[in-house]
Parts: sequence; structure tokens; C-alpha cells
Amino acid sequence: MIHYFIGNLGHACVIASFVSALAAAFSYWKSNQATNNLLADEWRKTARVSFWIHAAAVLGIGIALFVIIGNHYFEYHYAYSYSDTKLQTYYLISTFWNGQEGSFLLWMFWHAVLGLVLMYTQRNWEAPVMIVFTLVQAFLASMILGVVLPGIDLKLGSSPFILLREAMADPIFQANPNFIPSEGQGLNPLLQNYWMVIHPPTLFLGFAATLVPFAFVVAGLWQRQYRDWIKPALPWSLFAGAVLGLGILMGGYWAYETLNFGGYWNWDPVENAVYVPWLVLVASIHTMITYKNSETALKASMILVVSVFILILYSTFLTRSGILGDASVHSFTDLGLSGQLFVYMMFFLLAAVALLVIRWKEIPTSEKEISVYSREFWIFAGATALCLMGFQVLLPTSFPVINKVLGLIGIDSKMATPGNQVAYYSNIQIWFAIAVALLSGTGQFFWWKRMDKSKLKAEMLAPVLITLILWAIVIAGARIYQPSYLLLSLAGLYIIVSSANVLRSVIKVNRSLAGGALAHIGVGLMLVGILFSAGYSRIVSLNNSGIAISNDLPDDFNRENLLLFLNEPRGMAGYDIEYKGERIEPRSGSGYIKKNDVYWTDDLFRVVAKKDILINGNLRYRQGDTIEVRPENTYYEIQMKKEGKLAATLYPRTQINPDMGGFLASPDIKRNPDRDIYTHVSNMMNPQAEPDWRKQDDQRVKLGQEFFANDYVAVMESISRLEELEGVELGAEDVAVKARIRVEGEYEPFYAEPIFVIKDRTPGVISSEIPDLGIRLTLVNIHPETSEFTIGLSQRQKNWVVIKAVEKPFINVLWLGTGVLMMGFFMAMIRRFREFRQISKA
Amino acid sequence: MKKSHIYIILVIGIAIAIIISTAGDASTYVNFGQAYQMAAAGNKKSIHVVGELKKDEHGQVTGLEETPDHVSCTFILVDDQQKEQKVFYNQPIPPDMTKSEKVVVIGKYQNDLFIADKILLKCPSKYQEQKLKASL
Repeated sequence: MIHYFIGNLGHACVIASFVSALAAAFSYWKSNQATNNLLADEWRKTARVSFWIHAAAVLGIGIALFVIIGNHYFEYHYAYSYSDTKLQTYYLISTFWNGQEGSFLLWMFWHAVLGLVLMYTQRNWEAPVMIVFTLVQAFLASMILGVVLPGIDLKLGSSPFILLREAMADPIFQANPNFIPSEGQGLNPLLQNYWMVIHPPTLFLGFAATLVPFAFVVAGLWQRQYRDWIKPALPWSLFAGAVLGLGILMGGYWAYETLNFGGYWNWDPVENAVYVPWLVLVASIHTMITYKNSETALKASMILVVSVFILILYSTFLTRSGILGDASVHSFTDLGLSGQLFVYMMFFLLAAVALLVIRWKEIPTSEKEISVYSREFWIFAGATALCLMGFQVLLPTSFPVINKVLGLIGIDSKMATPGNQVAYYSNIQIWFAIAVALLSGTGQFFWWKRMDKSKLKAEMLAPVLITLILWAIVIAGARIYQPSYLLLSLAGLYIIVSSANVLRSVIKVNRSLAGGALAHIGVGLMLVGILFSAGYSRIVSLNNSGIAISNDLPDDFNRENLLLFLNEPRGMAGYDIEYKGERIEPRSGSGYIKKNDVYWTDDLFRVVAKKDILINGNLRYRQGDTIEVRPENTYYEIQMKKEGKLAATLYPRTQINPDMGGFLASPDIKRNPDRDIYTHVSNMMNPQAEPDWRKQDDQRVKLGQEFFANDYVAVMESISRLEELEGVELGAEDVAVKARIRVEGEYEPFYAEPIFVIKDRTPGVISSEIPDLGIRLTLVNIHPETSEFTIGLSQRQKNWVVIKAVEKPFINVLWLGTGVLMMGFFMAMIRRFREFRQISKA
Repeated sequence: MKKSHIYIILVIGIAIAIIISTAGDASTYVNFGQAYQMAAAGNKKSIHVVGELKKDEHGQVTGLEETPDHVSCTFILVDDQQKEQKVFYNQPIPPDMTKSEKVVVIGKYQNDLFIADKILLKCPSKYQEQKLKASL
């Protein structure tokens, strides 16, 4: 039965959210324009009620969608396309924002939350700020409206509540409109990861937070309060900077742990689309602080704050309109929203630009010339460098857009990002990073005191000396020769030392002011961490055997990858590493199960234990237990030993993932304080191809008699008659027997259970394979007269895997730096919120 | 001239330098004919070619082959000039390959063979799929 009610309720909430957002916008406008206080208050009341209704409707949409997903109503397109009955609850949450409609919803949700906060904290700004908020919400709601405008036949938005039969024209729906699939298509297994549960909400909270300063600057321009908007906006800019930065880094960390390109950042258009606004956001924070202290850079602050929000809209447009289709490995779907997204972006861009142009002459400017010895100069120069840094990334990322635009005016442009995008961006970005670090490192000296030439010299002497000494130690220790790396390490150390210098004096005065210095130390640590982990990452899985893995493979693959046969140790990066076999993952609980210890049932998701299974020394499953597993993932157990002692056990993974183009290898990482060893599978036995079995050898054995199976001692332990056999219907005359054969492997016994069947007087066999040993045992015949059995033995090449391992030195410095940066951001934010509260009280 | 003017000129100068260098480094979407000429002229830059897999009269993909050890594959791509080109890709056949509407290959010519370093498949999205998956 199709659950119409919940979908209709959800859709009603979407429409309600759209209408109430417009109603709130209108009421706030009326309130703002009202000539007397009484009228303004009345309209404000109406507006607040409308916004509460809006917020409730947004929550209602979310609840309705979640009911559909949580109850597996596969008659709905959203549930069918992104979930299945096997997903755990917390991944059902990820399903929620897997589709574009859900991510718009998430964005709206955060706007609604922030809107409610602003509604009650901004007495003087409420009406104009909330008008901007509610208009943005109306645009977002229109994205998921899913309403066809009558008359002009224009479809507005794509609703998450459409039924499957409305989304697909499968013939089955003509035969039976009420058909409901029993299972959904599931969530991309790559996204079934805890980071993907928290990364999108964090990122979208960051997106949403950039709207607050934008709303303030628009309100300020509109109400001609050119100076006053900065104070309430600044803490929100800091909040946005912290949350958006955190969201970006979570994405990077997820990529590091899950993808196999060997790093945390790939300069993919999707990543660039959030990196650029973040850089500009950081620049805007700096100019806003400059203005607060010295009344300069007001116009620059306005332009930057506007740019941040427009860039966020632009990045949404880039990633969701399908325009990047040919340029990114991420799969983009065009929901037919590109037109709407374009209108959304252009509306706010043109409105903000028009407002700036109209008011430009009225905006107060400081006529004072900026001296090189003022901190304003250094902050402003740093902010400029950040913007140019963003521009350099934005330009190539926008190639598809530029091609389109040039195409419209008749110029045939076919630019594409350079093939090796990582090297391309990194080689230029490194110079900007050096410039930013040197400028902000120097800027630190001006933070506290008025400076002139002689004072500056005295102040700088000690920190510069310390920097140079540290630098000498680092370059000698790490043997850095490349000019750009030399400079980046210098700049990174410089900003750490000079900020630490400031931190030292700030803490003495007032601890709550330490945020800025701390954030800059974080940036310095990050730069050093990035320099070493990326610039000095080293392939350690070198093939020194002199034997190519395969002549079909290119030379560098043969050189940089290690072929491991099962249970044959090899040396790598000072460790003895040994491949221990393929593992699968139970659906519940931790740990891994050996593929040898189970056999598969007809249901891909269930296996049966061949013997008692221990995980971490505890008995988890008994022989014959059915275990639910995740069949798409295979783990390769690799032990790393140092001087005979087990140092780590790694489980790099391969995943069958049609959404990502087939097989996907995910690394496992051995974490040391000073370096990570990052290992992933680079080639493996094809699980779909039948292996090449050598000719079968037959031998006759008795029950309990030892025999040799491919150099391993084997014994037939028991034989039993089967009452039923999966996949074969046994008649009264038919017989099926199963032998249980134990094979002593190098470390532990393995079991094979071949089956012999006589059905309709025809004998048949079902062989049993021990994958780890590369043997297959067949019960060929039974000889009741001598109580002997004929056992067939086939061999194949031993199991193998090819791995690539990369050493990443000092990557922990990067993560440490991120933590310090975030701490700095939050401390600065708290300080600015306090400042704002004191002002609004006064 | 005020210092701020010098500053602005400097910033604009850097921005122009970025634009010029970006345009200079940009790879381009070309067809196989142009790509071949570029390679013949000694241009080592990797380029993008968009095309479709060669299909026979029944709409079946032809010319898609995997090496016996399943580690690399070759296929025939038809560009917008209807030129057919054999492409080598040093990875197993991506499973959705035959379903793809368009294939973008990024790489360069080595003699008469196009070596793809990277492939982007443009597959019909879940929204455009009009058939339910078999696993109902």
C-alpha cells in the first residue's frame, strides 16, 4: 500500500515554508517601512509568527522525509534511490542529504535556526536582516517546491516527495501503478562512513553562517548605517570561518582515510568551490577587524563580505547545475535546477552590487594614507594575497562556465583544467601561501604597539633570529633543497614564532584576546605539516625483487608496488610485512572474519561459519551460525612486524562500488607520532574471474587417514549424510553426503566441506575451496566396498595482493595545526560576541 | 600618485599575470585530429577528448577489450568528428563503462595510440534512469 499521507504532508510543508518565508519577508518590510512604532511592532509580530511557521514547516519537511526513509517507503523515489533496508540508523541519516533536495533542506534548516537566533538577539537590525534571510529561504524553498506553475508550464524546483512512479517510466507502473519495490538501491557504500554523517551538516552550517554577515552588510547599506553593521557581523564571520573551515577539513580527512589518491586534498572542482569562499571569508574577517580598530578598509570589508556569500552561491551553482559534468570525478546530477540556481545567484549578486553602487559615494572613507609601519597595511596586504590566492583557484575551476559564456558571445573556447591538477594548483598556491605567511607573520609585530622603524627592528630581532635558527635545523634535518619548499618552511616557521611571541605578551594581559595569535600559530603548523606530508611523502612499497609484477603493467607501477603472496613476509620501510588473507566485515560489532572460515549462502548478505570464530580472542560465532556481512567490502589483512614483534595490523579495503566506477580501494593507515604509513591495495585477484586451476589429482583415502594436499597435511575428519541441500531438491532415492576435511595451514587449520550427490541416479559433486591455500577439494567418489573415498585436489596460484604504501612524514603537525586554528577561531569568536553583547546592553 | 594607487595597480598586475598564466597552462578539449597534430608538433601537454564508445548496428559497444590479467583495457572512442581512435587505459574496465553516454579521456598520444591517464564517465543519473534495477 502506498503511504500517500506522509508524502502529501511533506509536500504541504514545503509549500508552507515557501509561502511563510515570503509572508515573513513582506511583514518585515512593512515593519521596516512603518512610520510609527506601534505599526512597526504589529508588523514585526506578524513577521515573527510567519518565521516561526516557516521554521516549523522546515522541520516538518525534515521529519516527513525522515519518516519515509526510516520506514523504507520505497514507493518514494528518495527512499528507493538512496537507501535500503540494511542500512544502520546513522547511515539512514546520511541518506537524508545524499540527494540534492536533502542537501538544500539541510541548508534551509540551518538558515532557519540561525534566523531564529538573530530574530531575538538583534533588536535594531531585526527587520532588515531578516528580510534578507527570508528572501534567501524563499529561494531555497523554491528549489524543492516541485510545483508546476499553471499557464506557463514552468516547473519550479524538484520535490523530495515524488513517488517512484512519477520519477521513472518503468513499464511495471503501467501494469500496476501501486507497485512498490521491496528493496531500495542503497547508499553509496563509500559514504557509509562516520565522517559522512557529520561532514555535510558541518559544511552546510558553515554555508548558512556566511549569510549572516551578508545580511548585515546589506542591511547596513540599505539603512545607511555604514559603520554599525560590522560589530554584530564580525562574530558571525568568525563563526562561519571556524565552521566552514572545520567542514572542509573533515572532508579532507575523510578523503585521506577513504580514497586512495594518497592525500587529503585533490583540487577537485568540488573542493575548490568551498576553498575559495573560505579564503575570501578569512580575508573579510581581517578587513573587518582593521575597520573596527582604525576606521579604514570599510569599503573593502563590504565588498569582501558580499563576495563571500556570492561565492557560496556560485559554488552551489557550479556543483549542482551539472555544468562541471566533464570536469570533475564527482557525479553531478542536474535536477533541471540550473536555471533556478542561476536566477537565485544573479538576484543576490545584482541586488548587492546595485546597493553598493547606489550608496558608494555615501560610504565614509578614511583619507589617511596607510603607512608601511601600520598594522593596517600588513593586514590589508595579507587579505589581498588571500583574495588573489582564491582567484588563482577560482579561474581554472570556472573554465566550464567561461567556455559557456564565451560560447554565448560567439567565441569558441574549449579550455579545461590541466591534466595533473594537483601539481598544477599546488605549484602556484605554494607561492601565495608563502606570501600570506610572511605578511601575516610580519603583521603580528604590529598587533600590539605602534611601530616605527627603530622599534620594529628591536622587536623583530629575537623572533627573526629564533626563526632562522629553527629553519637551519629543519632544512639540515630534512634536507630541503627546492626553493619553494625552502621558502615555505621559512614562512611557516616565521608565522609560528612571531605569533607565539604575540601570544606570550597577550596571555599576560588578557587571556581572552589570545584567539588571533593562536589561529596564526595553527596556520603556521598547518603549512609545515602540509609541506612535509605532501612534499616529502615517499613511496616505501618499493619492489626490490628485480622481478616485474606483470609485464603488462607500466614500469613505474612495477617499481612502486609490492606483490605479497599469502604468508610470505617481505621487507618494507623497516618493517617485515606479511599478507594474511582476505577478510570480511560483519554487519554488527567490530572486527573482521576470515573468508576461509565461512561459506556464502544464496543471500549475498549472509554467510555461515564453518567453524567457531574468534575475534580478538573472544568467541563471537559458533560453527553453523549465520552471520550478516557487508558483501561489497573485502579487507586484506597485512601484518607489520618490527624485530619480530607485531607493530600493527592493517586492513586496507577494496569495495565493489558501481557508483564510483567499479572497484575502489581504501587505505589503512599505520599512525606513528612522526609519520603515517599509508597503505592501499593497488591490484588484486579478480574476484569475478574464475582462477586457473591446474589439473586435478585424485587420491583414495580412508576416514581419519592423513594425506597431502599441496604440501599441507590434510585429514578427512568426518562424513555425514545431508537431509537437505541448498539449491538441489532431494528425492527419496537421492543421496547427498558431505565430507569434512581439515587441512593444516602454516598457522592454523582450515576446513573444506566438499559434497557428493546422487540425484536421479546421476552422481554429482560440489567442490570446496580453501582460498588462502589456493586449493580446491572435491569428493569424487565413495567406495563402500573398501570404505575409501576418492578425493580430488586442484591447485592454483597462492592468493596474492599488490599494495602500495606511502610514508607521510609529520602529517600529525597538520592535524595539530588544524586543531589550534579552530581553537583560535572559537576564542576570537567568543571575544567578539562578548564585545557585541556589551555594546547592545549599553 | 598616491600609495594606494600603486597598490591597486600592483594587485591588478598580479591578477592579470594569473589570468595569462592560467590561460597558458590550461588544457583544452579537442578532438582526436587536433590531439594528434599537437602530439606530432611535440606538444607534451595532456589534453581532454570527449567522445562516445563505438557501437555496432545493434547499439552494442564494440572494441572494448581487457588484457588477460584484467589490469588494463583498450577501447575505441568516437569523437565529435566521427573519428575513431583506440585508447589505452591502465586500469580495469570500469563497470559502468558500457552504460556511459559520454566518455572524457584525459591523456596524450603515444605514436598512434591514445594513452588515457584518467577517464571520466558520464552516466545517466538516477533521475534519468527509467528502469528499475533487477534487484526488486
